[in-house]
Amino acid sequence: MWRINKMFAYAGKILRVDLTTGKVSTEPLTEQMAKSYIGGIGLGIRLLMDNSKPGTDAFNPDNPIIFATGPLSGTMGPTAGNGYAVVSKSPATGGVGEAKAHGFFGPDLKRAGYDAVVITGKAEKLSYLWIDDDNVTVIDAEHMRGKSPYETDVQIRNDLGDYYIRVSAIGEAGEKLCRFAAIINDEFRAIGRTGMGAVMGSKNLKAVAVRGTHDVNVADMEGFKEFVKMIHERMKGPATKKYKTLGTPENVLVLNSLAALATRNWTNATFEGAQRVSGEYLNEHYVKKIVGCATCGMRCDHIAVVPEGPYQGSTSRLEFECLWAMGPLCGVDRLDAIIEAMRIVNEYGMDGISIGVVVAFAMDCYEHGVITKEQTDGIDLRFGNAEAMIAIIHKIGKREGWLGNALAEGVAKAAEIIGNGAEKYACHIKGLELPGYDLRTLKTAALGFSVSFRGACHLRNGAYSPDVKGKVNRFKIEKGRGKMIADEGNVYNIIDSLIVCKFSRGTYYDGTKDLAKYYTLATGIPITPEELIKDGERIENLARLFNIREGKGTREFDTLPWKIKNVPVPDEGPAKGVVVSEEEFQIGLDDYYAVRGWTPDGIPTAEKLAELGLGDLTYIVQKAQGGA
Amino acid sequence: MVRPQDRKFVTADPEKCIGCCVCEYACSMTKEKTYNPTKSRIRALRMGPLTNLSVTCRHCEDPACVAACPKDALTQDENTGIIRVNEEACNGCAWCISACQFGAMMIHPEKKVVFTCDSCEELGEPQCVKWCPEEALNFVTAQTLAQKSRISAVKNLFQEVKEKTVQK
Repeated sequence: MWRINKMFAYAGKILRVDLTTGKVSTEPLTEQMAKSYIGGIGLGIRLLMDNSKPGTDAFNPDNPIIFATGPLSGTMGPTAGNGYAVVSKSPATGGVGEAKAHGFFGPDLKRAGYDAVVITGKAEKLSYLWIDDDNVTVIDAEHMRGKSPYETDVQIRNDLGDYYIRVSAIGEAGEKLCRFAAIINDEFRAIGRTGMGAVMGSKNLKAVAVRGTHDVNVADMEGFKEFVKMIHERMKGPATKKYKTLGTPENVLVLNSLAALATRNWTNATFEGAQRVSGEYLNEHYVKKIVGCATCGMRCDHIAVVPEGPYQGSTSRLEFECLWAMGPLCGVDRLDAIIEAMRIVNEYGMDGISIGVVVAFAMDCYEHGVITKEQTDGIDLRFGNAEAMIAIIHKIGKREGWLGNALAEGVAKAAEIIGNGAEKYACHIKGLELPGYDLRTLKTAALGFSVSFRGACHLRNGAYSPDVKGKVNRFKIEKGRGKMIADEGNVYNIIDSLIVCKFSRGTYYDGTKDLAKYYTLATGIPITPEELIKDGERIENLARLFNIREGKGTREFDTLPWKIKNVPVPDEGPAKGVVVSEEEFQIGLDDYYAVRGWTPDGIPTAEKLAELGLGDLTYIVQKAQGGA
Repeated sequence: MVRPQDRKFVTADPEKCIGCCVCEYACSMTKEKTYNPTKSRIRALRMGPLTNLSVTCRHCEDPACVAACPKDALTQDENTGIIRVNEEACNGCAWCISACQFGAMMIHPEKKVVFTCDSCEELGEPQCVKWCPEEALNFVTAQTLAQKSRISAVKNLFQEVKEKTVQK
């Protein structure tokens, strides 16, 4: 038995690849770096900061794209054992781009011997990166141009002759620089948000293929084994019941009952067809099997198959967010069409949330006469027209026609191209399309989404949760919400740096205490829950600093979409007439910045940075304040 | 003396197995004190979201691996059916790997000799079965396996019985 280096669980090594020159090198991961940034998005954002120059465009070859594993990747740890994160400057927001995926790719990257891979440059022609333990090569992928991520996966495994090679790949959308292109592994597991697939496309990088055969060892095998056993037991209990039974689509009827199910591009807050696209209906009529990721027996992947009709045989994994985006948000109440839409979105390799918001935006523009039938190439883009939705998705995936090309830029940039008042219908924050909640009736969520460093996101601080669970008055923003959001934000940063699946977060009954124990059992590095929370806060500030450095991180970028502030909920019931007022929103921002120890402009203070050990980056806040 | 029909082996239920690989990790942890699926005696295969199954040695009667070995390095335990590898005699030629229909014989990445499932006999029960979170793995005899299939076939035939007894 041998280990790659003297660290436990961590590989202790970072791989660098320059696609322009083909140069490959490695460097050690220091224990200091490991303990301060954990892994996953924390380590990834620090590497992004340190390896990029201010103002570099997301599609510039110098913009690095970082594949990072977590400390637990490659171990038997359920969910944490199987993740990886991708970090880069986002072509959608111009700030931090990051997303995580589980499945089978992450553990092999760790076993190949790397905590992170920093990829820069641009290959001369379409290529893929082949990481075979210590042997790293760049291989021609021209014969895979236009292929879906899954076809690419199969092709590479055939070309290299090993079924157990794991592949993370882009589809046509990534090749064509769609700004919400995803990277997909294991057929339907996506590095979905913030357009990481487009960054790969800009580097002529079709895929990363990996085979890792080294051992991954933990510091305390017996203790770790007992901990894993305990989590397995908890996973059989109530903490994960939702994910194992109806799955996240359960949210459809829950949010609908709260008038929080964004419908027809945030026109309505309830959907008359909710029953027909509910989790209950989906499971009864379409779900064939529920499968899972490596090392995780929780199983949550609801594999839906269309049994009859025009889309017969269409198969896809379906979760709430994508179901909502291509369902209620587009006014579509046909699950067969939603499953088909999800399937083709995975084939083109696009973010299943953003694509739905983009289509709904186009429908809203069409219904308001902002775009004409001529401009849609004859597609009747009315809300609820499922065939039209699928037709326009194909056009966006291929960047076909004037509208398809414009929409592939995401709603923010598409609105600029379309003009004619289209920006009113573009529902995004910082350039990232909104996920599945009506922020008019979930106002903690409104504040939380607006301050998320990667743009509109429900998974940067889980701010929808106190609203949905009724812990606060969800119809107003008041003092105190800032602390809720900041505290949860820190925890979510830890979760995404350990790369623990958020579906399993309920199994850590003692919260950060459990997570700290998990970390120490695996790595042998002692850490207290308080230190772990500090790491979460450090990562939040670091991401904010990157955004500030890129001119996207101050108060004026923490915004809400026009419709959320200006179009009252029309549906009858307690939510009727609600919008987020400018006044309460500004109170919320003040509260959040104060809790964070930031200035009223939303800039971390030099003292805060010193406290977090980020003193080397003080120049960024000095420059921002000097220029303000 | 155990009758051949009473020999137990590890088998996965295709209805329950989700291809999560927990068995691989449990195996390498138990047998090799590390996490490394390439050192696992059971391997999960995922050929699509609906097609995944773990496979290991089925302790066949008249095992082809034993017959194929040119070095006489493989023997079958008369009682348990477990295939024993004489690591001194094995030269890693992989004839047994060609012969096995289940891909249950593998070359150990460091020892360079073949290895396969021994049902964790020193621990009394296969650890993969114990760890499987879906209860998809069973340590059973061929008889029991046949019974299970028979029962399920009959249940399928009599729809009425199925509705009453199968709960999902």
